[in-house]
Amino acid sequence: MSDRSVERNEDDIAPGFLDAPDLREAALSYVIGFVLAALLTVASFAVLYTQLIWGPAIPMALAVLAVAQMGVHLVFFMHITTAPDNTNNILALAFGVLIVVLIIGGSLWIMGHLNDRLMPVQEIMQMQR
Amino acid sequence: MSTSEALHERQIVDPYRLGRAHALAPGHGGGRDYATGHGEGGPASKYVIVGYGFWIFLLSDIVMFSAFFAAHAVLATATAGGPSGRDLFDPRSIALETACLLVSSFTCGLSAVATGARSQLWTQTFLAITGALGLAFLVLEARDFATLVLQGAGPDRSAFLSSLFAVVGCHGLHVSAGLLWLGTMMAQIFVKGFRPNILRRMLCFNLFWHVLDVIWVALFTIVYLIGEGR
Repeated sequence: MSDRSVERNEDDIAPGFLDAPDLREAALSYVIGFVLAALLTVASFAVLYTQLIWGPAIPMALAVLAVAQMGVHLVFFMHITTAPDNTNNILALAFGVLIVVLIIGGSLWIMGHLNDRLMPVQEIMQMQR
Repeated sequence: MSTSEALHERQIVDPYRLGRAHALAPGHGGGRDYATGHGEGGPASKYVIVGYGFWIFLLSDIVMFSAFFAAHAVLATATAGGPSGRDLFDPRSIALETACLLVSSFTCGLSAVATGARSQLWTQTFLAITGALGLAFLVLEARDFATLVLQGAGPDRSAFLSSLFAVVGCHGLHVSAGLLWLGTMMAQIFVKGFRPNILRRMLCFNLFWHVLDVIWVALFTIVYLIGEGR
């Protein structure tokens, strides 16, 4: 590879930057990522449209496959690693994931409880009559 | 006196070695054990700082999307007697859109490899393929939306459809913005070459496009596949 002094830093690495020794190795990361992501995508569709998985377990299986595919994208396409030069990127990502889990999980939790405790709409209508 | 001894004497050693390799476990990174931020080595390069700043922006964008996803998850059964996901979604169209975006993410990565090799021809080629696939995705999505609206299942039909159009439309807007950015990147690389500021913009564009695909993974799983099974 040609001169990459612009992208290199001693202690930190920019998110999304792949520090590969040569072209082949750089392209290989994307090829591996693409093959894994394609397999996981096909698996997601297969889970839904075949009888491979017990019906009520399908949403959870789809969620697992989706999280796995996001991991593949992060590692092979965005090159987020656990190496020391990636600490800042990982910490920011972890905080983002925390907020996402709080927003989605919290909303579902609270709204589920509200649904349980509220009177069905039909009964409210009958009371008003 | 060696540098590290001098640093020890001035008491600026980071005792926890946060983010640094431990001297006892070499093989990861540089293994320097003094704290940064004390004038030693200075701040990170502009390339790293710009990339990191854009990473923070993307994470905040993901947090915004999570609010749309939460709304959709809560409202997914609120069909107001109207059609549900099972009646509406065309799995072939969703699969085709997913394929377009996944392949475009792959070719976008290859354009980054070509940029690393400073190859004008291959960078432009892979960016053009990425753009064509992004455009195909948008056309398919617009066709889906038009079909829904013509069936009388527009965003005004039920809370479920409002949240569906909001979250999918928001992603579509991001793809449209990404396409505009992609066009300007191709022009800038063509005119200005691989200058440091262009390299920074390419880094940010690549991150943006990959994150779009990550959001689509969540989207086709939560909205379409789980919605289809509901």
